[in-house]
Amino acid sequence: MKGHVLRAFVKKEFLHIFRDYRTLMVLFGMPIAQVILFGYAITTELRDVKIGVWDMSKDQKSIELISNITSSEFFALNDNVSASHEIEASFKKGRVKAFLVFPNDFGNKLERGTASIQIIADASDPNTANIITNQLTSIIQRWDMLEKSKTLRRAFIDTEVRMHYNPESKSVLLFVPGVITIILMLVSAMLTSISIAREKEMGNMEILLVSPLKPAVVIIGKILPYLMLSLVNALIIMGIGNVVFEVPVNGSFVLLLLECLLFIVVALSLGVFISTKVESQQMALMMSLFALMLPTILLSGFIFPISSMPLPLQWISHAMPPKYFIIIIKAIMLKGVGIAHIWKETLILSLMAVFFIGLSVKNYKSRLE
Amino acid sequence: MLTVSNISKSYGEVRALNGINFEVDRGELFGLIGPDGAGKTSLFRIIATLLLPDSGDVSFDGHDVITDYEFVRKNVGYMPGRFSLYQDLSVKENLEFFATIFNTTVQENKHLIEDIFKQLEPFQNRRAGDLSGGMKQKLALSCALIHKPTMLLLDEPTTGVDAISRKEFWGMLQRLKKEGITIVVSTPYMDESKLCDRVALIQDGAIMDLDTPSGIVNRFDKTVYKVTGNNQYQLLSKIRTMDGVQNAYPFGSSLHVYGSPELNLSGRLDEHFPDADIQVEIIPADIEDTFMNLMTRDHE
Amino acid sequence: MNKAITANKLTKKFGNFIATNAITFDVDKGEVFGFLGANGAGKTTAIKMLTGLSRPTSGEATVAGLDIYRHAEQIKQQIGYMSQKFSLYEDMTVSENIEFYGGIYGLKRSEIRERGGKSLDQLSMTNVRNHKVNSLPLGWKQKLAFAVATLHKPGIVFLDEPTGGVDPITRRQFWEMIYQAAEEGITVFVTTHYMDEAEYCNRISIMVEGLMVACDSPAALKSLHNASSIEEVFIKIARNKE
Repeated sequence: MKGHVLRAFVKKEFLHIFRDYRTLMVLFGMPIAQVILFGYAITTELRDVKIGVWDMSKDQKSIELISNITSSEFFALNDNVSASHEIEASFKKGRVKAFLVFPNDFGNKLERGTASIQIIADASDPNTANIITNQLTSIIQRWDMLEKSKTLRRAFIDTEVRMHYNPESKSVLLFVPGVITIILMLVSAMLTSISIAREKEMGNMEILLVSPLKPAVVIIGKILPYLMLSLVNALIIMGIGNVVFEVPVNGSFVLLLLECLLFIVVALSLGVFISTKVESQQMALMMSLFALMLPTILLSGFIFPISSMPLPLQWISHAMPPKYFIIIIKAIMLKGVGIAHIWKETLILSLMAVFFIGLSVKNYKSRLE
Repeated sequence: MLTVSNISKSYGEVRALNGINFEVDRGELFGLIGPDGAGKTSLFRIIATLLLPDSGDVSFDGHDVITDYEFVRKNVGYMPGRFSLYQDLSVKENLEFFATIFNTTVQENKHLIEDIFKQLEPFQNRRAGDLSGGMKQKLALSCALIHKPTMLLLDEPTTGVDAISRKEFWGMLQRLKKEGITIVVSTPYMDESKLCDRVALIQDGAIMDLDTPSGIVNRFDKTVYKVTGNNQYQLLSKIRTMDGVQNAYPFGSSLHVYGSPELNLSGRLDEHFPDADIQVEIIPADIEDTFMNLMTRDHE
Repeated sequence: MNKAITANKLTKKFGNFIATNAITFDVDKGEVFGFLGANGAGKTTAIKMLTGLSRPTSGEATVAGLDIYRHAEQIKQQIGYMSQKFSLYEDMTVSENIEFYGGIYGLKRSEIRERGGKSLDQLSMTNVRNHKVNSLPLGWKQKLAFAVATLHKPGIVFLDEPTGGVDPITRRQFWEMIYQAAEEGITVFVTTHYMDEAEYCNRISIMVEGLMVACDSPAALKSLHNASSIEEVFIKIARNKE
C-alpha cells in the first residue's frame, strides 16, 4: 500500500520537474555550462609563455635543459638575469610568468647525486601558475629521464616549486570536483527547498496535510527524484570532465558514487530543513543562495584555499559539508585512494546527514503553523 | 456530526475567532455566511486539523480534531478557499494523484463524482491551470470527494465564479447532500444562504445569528421599505435625515429603508420631492437586510 | 469630446490565449460604468490596457481623449487607479500613504494636507490617521484606497474589484463614495463579479471569456432579456451562447 503512494508522489514530482523548463535548465543546462565555463576559464592553453632564467652555473647541462624547455611550443625565454632582485623586478614589469633558478655547479651536482632547480611562478593568477609549473616540472623530468638513460646515473633533479604571491594554490584538476560539489549542492538543496516552498505558496500543502499522507512519505517523495537527478548530474559532470578535460577517476568508481550519494543526502536534508523555515519560493531561493551556495563556493576551499583564510573563516569552513566532500572527491578522483584515507571526512559527512535529517523531521509540521 | 464549542484563535493582537459555538447535524448543509476577515477560513482550518485553536474544542463524529486528527483527515474532504490543486498537472493526473494519496482509486468512488466527472471528461488532458474558474472548482470538488468523506468542508467555493457555474455548483451540493454527506460551506454571497439548511452569520470572529434562513429572516423586527426613484443619491441623503428612519442603504436599483411600520415614508417623501416619481413599497426582509442590521446592532 | 473612454476592437493575447477579444465600447464623461464578469473573463486585462500598464495586441482606445499607444504617460496624469489587490503600503500609516500618493501626483504640501484632511473626515478615519494601514479592517482599507486614488481629482478613476469580499455595509458605503465621486463629475470605471452591484451603474458591460456579450443600462438589459435581475440576464446570455 505504502509503496504505490510513494510511487505516485515521486511520479508527480517528476511531472512538475519535466514540465517546468526553468527547473530543467537549472538541472541540466547549468552543470554543463559550469563545467565548460570553469574548464576553459582555468585550463588556459599554454603557448609561448614568457619565462626567465637565473642560471648561476651556466654549464653544459643547464644550458641544454634551458634550450630544451624554450624549444618547446609552451615556453619562450624572455629574460636572463644574474641577481635575485632582478627576478622581482622582472615579475613586476610583467616580463615573465615564471623563473627557473639553476644553482651553482648544476651539472656536477647532477653527476654526483641530486641537483635542484627552483621554479618561481607568478601566482597572482594561481591557476595559470599551476599549469605553468606542472608543465615545467614535467618537461624537466622527461629531460632528466632521458639523461639518466644515457648515463646510467642514479641521481635525479629535485624541482622545488615556489608559488610567488599565493603559496597555496591548488591543482588545476580541482575544478571538476569543485563543480560537482556546487552542482550537487545546488540541485539537491535549492531545488528541493523551492519545490516544497512552492507547495506551501500555492496552497497545495493544505491538501497534502489534510490527507492521510505520512510526513515521511512527503519528505521521501520530495527527496527521491532529486536524489536520482543529482546522481545523473554527477555522472554527466564527471563524463564531461573526463572526455573534454581529461580529468581522471583514479580511485574506485563505486566508492565515488557512494560518497556522492552521501553528500547528496546531506544537501537534500539541508534543503528540506530550509523549506521547513520558509513560506515562499522566493525566500527558499534566497536562503539556499546565501546559506548554501555562497559558502560552498567561497568557504569550501574550492576557489580560495582554506589555510590562507583568516582564522574565524577557517572555523566556519569546518562546518561546511562541501569542504569535506571536496577533500573526499579529490582524493578519490585524483589521488586514487580508498576509504582508508578518507574515512574521517566520510564519518563527518555521515554525522551531518543524521543531524540535518533529524532537524528537518523535527521541524516538519503536520499543521499549518 | 460536528460540534464546535467555544473556539477562539488569535494571531498576535488580532482576534480572528472569538468564542465560536455551533453544531452541525448528520446530513445537513450548513452555511457560514460572512465577509472576508470574518474568520471563516481560520474556522475551517481548525476543523480540518490544519490549525490549533487557542482555546475550545471541536469534535467530529465523536472524535476530537486535535488529538484524533488522523481520523478526521481520513473522513473529511476539505476544499480550501484558494485553488489548491497542481496547476501544471492535467485533470486526470490531479484526480489520480489525490486518489492515490487517499489510498483509493478514481474508479472506486466514481459514483459520487459521476455527474461532475462527465463535465470534466472532455478536458481530461488539459492542465488544471488552463481550466475556467467554474471547471477548476468542479475539479477541486471532485478531488475533495475522491476518498468518500462523510463530511465536506468547502471554504468559499463559489467566490469569483460566474453566475452559471455558481448555480451548477449549488446543484451538485444538493445532490451530495442526498447521498448523506454532511456539508459545511462558507460564502460571502448573502443570497446563497437560502440554499443552506441552516446558516451562521459570522462577522469579526463571532456568530451574530444562527438558524434556518427563514428563521433568521422571520426574527427581523423592522419594516423594510423599498424606495425607487430617479436620483438615488439625493434620495438617500434626504431619507437618512428623516425622523424614525433607523437605516437606509442602496440595494441595486432601489433603496432599502428600515424603520417602524408607522413611518409613513411614502407620504413624507411626496412632501419633500413633490415633482419626482418616487415609489415606496413594503417588502419582506431578506438575509442581507438582516445581516446589515445585525452588524449595526453589534457595533452599537 | 465628451467621451471619457473609447475602445475599438481592443484585443490582448497571451500566447494562444485571448484574454480580451476585440472589445468595443465607450464611456461618457461623468458616467459610472460597470464591467461585469467572472474571474478570468478579461476584466483586469482590459483595465490594464486602458491605464497603460499593458500594451494591447491590437485595436485602438483613447482615455480622456488621449491615445493609449502614444500618450500613455499623459493618460497616467488624468486617471486614478485602485487595483484588486490592495494598493496602499501596509507598513506605512494612513497619513504617510496619503502624503506619498499626493506627492507622486505632484500635489503641493498644503493641498495634500487640505484634501487629505477632508477625505479622512468624510471616512471618519481622522482618529486612526497615525495607525499603520495593516492594522485596519479590510473595508476601511478599501475605502481609504479609493480616497487616495481620487486625491489628485482625476477625470477618470479605474477601480478593479473594489468590493471583493467586503461586508455588505462597507460595500454599500463604497458605492456611496462612488456616487459622490460621480456627482463631482469624475467618470468611474469599475469592475465587479457581484451581479447585484451592476444595478448601481449607469451602464454595464458583461464579459464572458474575453468577449463583451452585452453593453447597455441595467434597466434596458433587463427588459431586453425579460429578466428581473442582472444575474438572470447573465445566465440567459450565457445559455444562449452555448
